[in-house]
Parts: sequence; C-alpha cells; structure tokens
Amino acid sequence: MALIITEEQKMLKDSAAELLKAKAPVNEMRALRDQGYMTFDSNLWREIASLGWTALTIPERYNGLDFGHVGLGQILEETGRNLSKSPLISSILLGASALRISDNKVLKAKIFPGLIEGSTQLTLALQEGKYHKTTSFQTKAVPEGENYVIDGTKTMVIDGTTASHFVVVSEIDKAISIFLVKADLEGVNISKNILMDSGTYADITFDKVVVSAENKLNIQLDGSRMLDELMTIAYSGVAAELLGICQEAFEITIQYLKERSQFGVIIGTYQALQHRAAIMFSEIELCKSIVLKALQAIDEKDANAKRYAHLAKAKLGKTVKMVTNEAIQMHGGIGVTDDANIGFYLKRARVAQQLFGDYNYHVDQLAALKGF
Amino acid sequence: MNDLSDFRTATRVWLEANCPHSMRQPVKDPFDVYWGGRNAIFTTQDQKIWFEKMLEKRWIVPYWEEKYGGGGLTPEENNILTQEMTRLGCRKPLYSFGISMLGPALLKFATEEQKLHYLPQIVEGKIWWCQGYSEPNAGSDLASLQTKALDKGDHYEITGSKVWTSYADKSDWIFCLVRTDFEATKHAGISFILIDMASEGVSTRPIKLISGKSPFCETFFDGVKVPKENLIGTLNEGWNIAKFLLTHERQMIGGIGETDIRKEVHEVAIENLPINSKGLISDGVLRSQISDFEIDEEIFELTIQRITDEAKTGNNSGALSSFFKYYGTELNIKRQELLMAVTGTDSLIWEENEKSDGDLARKFCRSKGNSIEGGTSEIQLNIISKLILGLPTK
Repeated sequence: MALIITEEQKMLKDSAAELLKAKAPVNEMRALRDQGYMTFDSNLWREIASLGWTALTIPERYNGLDFGHVGLGQILEETGRNLSKSPLISSILLGASALRISDNKVLKAKIFPGLIEGSTQLTLALQEGKYHKTTSFQTKAVPEGENYVIDGTKTMVIDGTTASHFVVVSEIDKAISIFLVKADLEGVNISKNILMDSGTYADITFDKVVVSAENKLNIQLDGSRMLDELMTIAYSGVAAELLGICQEAFEITIQYLKERSQFGVIIGTYQALQHRAAIMFSEIELCKSIVLKALQAIDEKDANAKRYAHLAKAKLGKTVKMVTNEAIQMHGGIGVTDDANIGFYLKRARVAQQLFGDYNYHVDQLAALKGF
Repeated sequence: MNDLSDFRTATRVWLEANCPHSMRQPVKDPFDVYWGGRNAIFTTQDQKIWFEKMLEKRWIVPYWEEKYGGGGLTPEENNILTQEMTRLGCRKPLYSFGISMLGPALLKFATEEQKLHYLPQIVEGKIWWCQGYSEPNAGSDLASLQTKALDKGDHYEITGSKVWTSYADKSDWIFCLVRTDFEATKHAGISFILIDMASEGVSTRPIKLISGKSPFCETFFDGVKVPKENLIGTLNEGWNIAKFLLTHERQMIGGIGETDIRKEVHEVAIENLPINSKGLISDGVLRSQISDFEIDEEIFELTIQRITDEAKTGNNSGALSSFFKYYGTELNIKRQELLMAVTGTDSLIWEENEKSDGDLARKFCRSKGNSIEGGTSEIQLNIISKLILGLPTK
C-alpha cells in the first residue's frame, strides 16, 4: 500500500483543518484556560459529533462510518496544530476503540449510539502512579456473585471529571480484565488535576465499586491482548496529535525567522538558525512517514502494527521536544511570555509526549521487541 | 494486475535459473564486481556469465527504451524486477556511473543522435565513465570551477584539473563541467562535455584517503583537444545538467536504491557485547543508542518510500534530494560509529589477521567522507533552508 493518504482522507483532513481553525483555534484554548480551565466547548463537541468524527472508527453495523484510524489521525493532527480542546482522544481514540476491540456485543449495542451522538463520553483509566506501563496493575476486580468489586487508584485519566464512563484496566494473578464503569457509581472518587497544558485530568479511586459482570469488556478475549491492541491505537493516535504540534510550532517559528529583525537584518538570514531549522525540517519529514505508517498498519491489521506504534511514539516524543524547545529559543524573549501562543505548544507537547509513555519508554520497548 | 503477477513469476523463474550462485552473495569490495570498459576484466567466470545473460535479456538497464539498448520495462515491471533481484540477493551485473549518472543526464539533455551513440555503449559496458566535477578550489562552491574550454573553431582546448574523480585511473571517458564563458556570472559560463581519457594531455594521480584505499584520483587536462560534438546540451547552460546530476548523486549517496543486505547494528551488538540475565545487552547506554539509531534508520527507509509515493502523484520538490543526502549520510556515520563501539577493540584492527579483516576501522574512516562528498551536510542544510523553507539570504 502506498504511503500516502487517499483523496477521501485528504478531504477529511482539509475539512478538519478548516473547522478547527475557525471554531477551536489556539486562542480559543487560551480563552477556555482564562475562564478557569474550562475543559472544552460543548457546542464544538456537538458539531464534531454532527460531522461524524465521533463515528469514524466505529463499525458500520453499529451505525459508525468505519472510516479507519488514518482518518481519525488526520483530525488529531489538526487538533495538534490548533491545540483544540475536545474529548476526541479520551472518548473516541481511547473509549470508542476499547469498545470496538471488546467482544461484549451487548455493551457495544448499548453504548455506541450515545458515543456517536456525543452524549456519552468514555475515557480510559489505565495508569497507576507516575509512569505509563502495561503490566503489573494494582487495581483489582474481584468476582462476587453476578458482580465484580473494583478496588484501586488510577492516575492521568484524561477528561476524568467530565466523562460519563471509565474504561478501567484491572489485574488479578497476571490476568487483565477491562471494565466499563459508570462515573456516578458509589465508591468512585474523582480528584481533579490541572496539568501544564491547561487540560483537566483526574486521579480516580475505586473504593469497593460494584459493577455487574455485564460491564466486562473482555469476555472471551484475552485482556492483555485487548490492552495491547488499544495501546497500539493510543500510541499512534497521540503521535498524530504530536505531528500536528511539531508542524505548527515549526511553521510559526519559520515565519518568525522571516519577520524578526536584529542588527538591521532579518534573523532568518543567520546560518546558525538556518541549519537548525533545516534539521528540524528533516526530523519532521521522518515524523510524517512513521505516523502515517503506524495509522495505516492499524487499519490494515498489519502484524507489525504495535512496533510501528512504538516507533511513532518514540520518534514523535523525541522530535516534539526538540522542535518546541527550538521554537521557544528562536522566538527569543517573546517566546517565554504568556502573550505569545508558542508557549502553549511547548506545554501541550510536554503532556502529550508523556501520555502513554515518553521517548525513553518506547526506545526501551523497541529494543526489547527486537530481543536486545 | 494479472499481467504483473505473471511478470513477477516469470522474472523469479528466470533469475533462479540464470543468476549464478556466487552472484547472489554480497559484494566484498569494489573490485569484486564488473565495471566493463575498454580493458574490461571479469574477475570470475560467474561474473561473465551473469553479465552476458542479463545483456541478452536486455536487463542491464531494464527501464531504458529498447532503441537505446534498454529492456523497455514499465516502472511497475522494473520495480518487480528490482524486488525479485533483491529477494534473491542478485548483484548488479554491471557497475557503472554511465547507468546511474551520465545516462539520466543524456536522456534529459542530449540530442537524439548523441543518445543513440552513447546509451547503447553504456548498456554494453563498453565504456567506463567517470565524473569530473570538483576542483582543488571548487569544492562546496562548485560553480566557481576554473577548468577552461577554449573555442578553437572545430574543437575545444581544455586545460585545468579535477579532483575526487572516482576511478579516473581506470576510466575510458569522463563527463566534465568546464568553463566556456569567462565574462558571465559563475553559474552562467559552465558547459557539460564528454572527454576521451585516452586523449593526449590527460593524466591522473590516485588520492589515498584516511581509510587507506580509495578509488579517488586527481585528473589533469593540459591543452586537451575535444571535438565540438562532445558538448551535451546548450553551451554555457551546463549548470542545469550539473544540478540535475547532483540530485541523482545525492540520492545515491543518501542510500536510495541501495540493495545490499546489511546486518542490523543490534545483531552485531548481540554477537559481541555481554548479555544480562534477561537476555538484554548489559550496557544500557549503548543499548539505548542502538535502539535510537535503529528507530531513525527504519523511519528514514519509510520516508524514502513516502516521498517516492508522493512523487508519483506529482507532489515533489527536487530540493528533497538534499534532505535525503544529509540524513542518509549522517545515519551511515552514526552506524559506523556504533559498529565500532559494539565491536570494542577488535574494531580497531587495521591490517587483516585471524580476528578481523580490518574492514570496520576502514569503513569508519571512509564514512567520514560521506558527509563531505556530493555536497557537504552544511551545503545540504543551506539548500533546505533556502529552497524548501524559503529563509532569506543577506
């Protein structure tokens, strides 16, 4: 398969670029922050749902569009460019994918309609403590009659204060079970964290929360396989957002180099800056390739999809740090003021590159995958 | 679609039947392959068989038109042939700068008469071509070259010197950039000309590199007479041909189209370094460096694929060859550096002994030239920043 996007995917990307630039640009994100860290604009979310973006990766039999992850990735790239705030990552990239991978057909039929409509918002409760990992979870789900009793504490739950349901990853004797847990159940305690990207995240404690067995997402399906598949999607999707951040921060910076004068000349004439700009350009060219490959690999059920996802998250995690650091430096004094938007790219980049494992994590995982 | 899969099957069968076993082994050194030329030498019988079979099949340059000695294959068929040759590990039957560099320039800039004259000879390996670009005082600033061609009525008289001419001492002909207008600005007075190395007044001297051996030479022209019909393209517009060829050269040096099967760095590392109880390389720092390198190496390959695919839809910029050249050579330099690190002090062996063939240290030294030849990394970054990013010049 050619490593380019199709005409239809390009149309979706262009329409996402247009809408987000008009309705959810970086200044809108600034406004939400200034209004006491508002999570997102619910009018925008309704519009996103009406455009079908919430249904992109959902199978047709559940009234989804079955358009695939390359499509969703194009939108996420544009949200990265605009720093648009919405539950696309929490509810669609993570929530809808968990439900799609799940073999619980009853739950799918029940939840997908609201998810597509935008009224139901899912999010993933995976991480425990300070670091991303995919094994050895302390959260337990103990069977009790028809029910399970969930105990444990999850961290870094994206949009954890506004989601209606949590996809909770638990483990007993190395067996992973994944549950859909309503946010308003007794024993669910949500504590809010505002992170440096002005985003709302939550630490969630499940204190003897009783959920019925009907809410188990993996019935026959092996829980760690399900988690693996979900992580492949998470790594690639976040990498797509990071690609948007890299490109926008880079382009803003190149524009600045062409406008700013010092010593009577445009600073972009200085070779010291030109070469660093050209190096950034080169690294971003690599980023474009691996993000697209990782997204295509998901849609094509490529046996190497997980490795491509690690490659994407590793490369983008490293590059986004380099590009946003350089962007601030090349802006000089204005770059460290709150008035300039470039700082928002630095701050979102820092959060997104840690989500689901930073560069170091994925470099280690890739080495382990290759057996060294 | 069906035709192509038939073509693939037929190609596979033919290659299996006709490519001698020894021609499916990796190339050991530059003289382990067939270069053709007036004084052509086959170093093995299999080399001869393989070349003759491929010539008969018209697959020496399979994608050129048949009237020029090519096989007339479509790009899709040619891709299949390349894939099948890579799959079997088949060597190229003929190593030739005529195929990779001069040929494309002739196809684009030469007259029909010149094409019919030179291209079939390239295919048949009758002439060993070398390239005369750089001069002692025109390296990165190539357009300031000073080798002059004076108009003497029915011929040009050429005087000057070239440097870094690969295999000049073995070549039959040279394609050369010369100055034909001494008043014009430096880019506007250059022409592209073909010179028979057997002409009176041509001499060469090999250059020894830090790697100990090299194909490079200096080439001197002392009042060499060259017929006017040897000029390619328009007089004084040779810089266009030069730029076109540099794009080709940069892609080659950047590793595009390279089909050699190489061991991955981590495989060499596992063979050499201590392994811990988890089966991982004990040296965590080196392990991260290798993993980081292999991430970039794999993604660079994907990037070549992506940009090639984009070019097919018409989205491409010639300046991207500067990106390929820059990134590909920097990667190779990192690769050699890592191979030295994982092989420890054995990597330092220079003269062949029972422990080593001395290849690693020499390849490491040779890799230092990669970011210099064909335009330095700094020149490539200049081109990217000006032509792609549009950053201003003073």
